[in-house]
Amino acid sequence: MRNSPHRKNRLRSYFSHHLQVSLASLGRLYAQPAATLMTTAVIAIALALPVGLYIALDNVSKLSSDWDGSTQISLFLHTHVKNSDAQKLMNRLQKHRHIKKIDFITKEQGLEQFRETSGFGDALKYLDDNPLPIVLVIHPRIKENQATTTTRLVKELSKNKLVELAQLDVQWVKRLYTLLEIAHRSIWVISTMLAFAVLLIIGNTIRLDIQNRREEIEVSKLIGASDAFIRRPFLYTGLWYGIIGGLLATIVTFITLLLIESPIHRLALLYHSDFHLHGLGFAKTLLLILISCSLGLIGSWIAVSRHLKEIEPC
Amino acid sequence: MIHFDNICKRYPGGHDALNRINLRLPKGQMAFLTGHSGAGKSTLLKLIAMIERPTRGQIFLDGVNLNNISNRKIPYIRRNIGIIFQNHHLLYDRPVFDNVAMPLIIQGYRRQEIHKRVRAALNQVGLLSKEKSEPITLSGGEQQRVGIARAIVHKPLLLLADEPTGNLDPELSLEIMQLFARFNQVGTTVLIASHDLDLIKLIGAPSISLQDGKVAHNGLPFTVSNN
Ligand SMILES: Nc1ncnc2c1ncn2[C@@H]1O[C@H](COP(=O)(O)OP(=O)(O)OP(=O)(O)O)[C@@H](O)[C@H]1O
Ligand SMILES: [Mg+2]
Repeated sequence: MRNSPHRKNRLRSYFSHHLQVSLASLGRLYAQPAATLMTTAVIAIALALPVGLYIALDNVSKLSSDWDGSTQISLFLHTHVKNSDAQKLMNRLQKHRHIKKIDFITKEQGLEQFRETSGFGDALKYLDDNPLPIVLVIHPRIKENQATTTTRLVKELSKNKLVELAQLDVQWVKRLYTLLEIAHRSIWVISTMLAFAVLLIIGNTIRLDIQNRREEIEVSKLIGASDAFIRRPFLYTGLWYGIIGGLLATIVTFITLLLIESPIHRLALLYHSDFHLHGLGFAKTLLLILISCSLGLIGSWIAVSRHLKEIEPC
Repeated sequence: MIHFDNICKRYPGGHDALNRINLRLPKGQMAFLTGHSGAGKSTLLKLIAMIERPTRGQIFLDGVNLNNISNRKIPYIRRNIGIIFQNHHLLYDRPVFDNVAMPLIIQGYRRQEIHKRVRAALNQVGLLSKEKSEPITLSGGEQQRVGIARAIVHKPLLLLADEPTGNLDPELSLEIMQLFARFNQVGTTVLIASHDLDLIKLIGAPSISLQDGKVAHNGLPFTVSNN
């Protein structure tokens, strides 16, 4: 082309053009603070909601994996088993790789516990023999609290000759994990729907923006602007919406965490737990903003490719 | 420069705006396009600028068959053309300078170059002092001249003007036509649609007269080839 500037200058001016366009798009948003704030706030809420749910679920999951200590297997030994044999069995089991800790409950301790908890205290005095067995309370070592490992361990232990009954209190753990799984999937569904909502919000905002700048687009087309050139400011606007919305969502999440952190810590102390609230972390925050940017870009891309064609001339 | 080969243009609805037009406008020529309202003047200019596509026939612009140009390539064709509209199509959200600079920004010129060329263009239309003004504060004639500056700032090979003096007083109209004549003198091909026959006589360039979508009179010098 006859009047084209040189290639190197062209490359340099290409980048400076991008910089200019992106800043101009930002400037437009800044020039309408109320409208911009409203749009980005809606985006931020739509993003912060699933993020908050995710953080909550993440913390519950972390908390419950600390609870593998509370999955217990009670080994009721045959009543005739003596303390010494039971002790030997315990020593053997302690080396088992799926067992973390074993509590030894003698017949006498068992009776004592029973007396305290059952209310049959006086009646028990008339028994001349202690009818209770020795109980070994097994605390399994479970990674990620896998119910199957524990079930297998129960089967294995119940095969021992000294064992009358191996009872597992795992049902509630299973239930909890099913619930967590359901919650997890629900969060995915909610996130996907809200992501669509963000796309629609940004798409609609950009559509209005295109309408408002119809004249400029027409003139640009008439004097030889390429589609890419015309698209660019709108894509940058979408990107800015994404960035600002993402940052706002991060801030909202951060403030919320800050607000509930100390009451949660106090609650944890009441339960003698050193539980601490886990935030989003740097990588996931970055991911959130990245997702937000992508949504902004995709939303504006959809709007632009749908509505720029409608503006004559082609 | 421009070669119309048996061009027909039928708008949706069945009206034949142009019917079997054959024309050759040599490079560096200045010509007027005349005819009654609805004769097809604007349609002819729109076909050259690829704002409309012909229903039948071929148009060659500087030897390029426009039928072979895909929509994606249209911008690059338009960059060789300067278009001036009757309603000047200025953008009122930016000053005169930015309006005139648009074609250069679109084509990726550097800042210093843009500055130099915009000021040169504004100087040619006599509006250098108004570069920072908002277009809305300018008179009709001044706005039209800003439009002209925007059309010539990238030194196009071809200038198309659709009734550029439509609502200006005779004195200003003459001034603007003389401006076009000056661009023509430095080699630009110029095609102007106008009904102002007195003014056309005054300028003295040949004219093509359209009537009901056909060429009624062609005052252009005959050329064998212009590729
Ligand atoms: N977009 C369109 N759709 C349908 N018909 C059109 C369209 N544009 C123009 N026409 C018709 O085509 C014919 C030629 O129109 P054109 O605008 O080229 O005339 P013109 O010579 O420029 O007239 P004027 O001097 O009034 O501007 C007219 O009859 C007009 O009604
Ligand atoms: Mg017309």
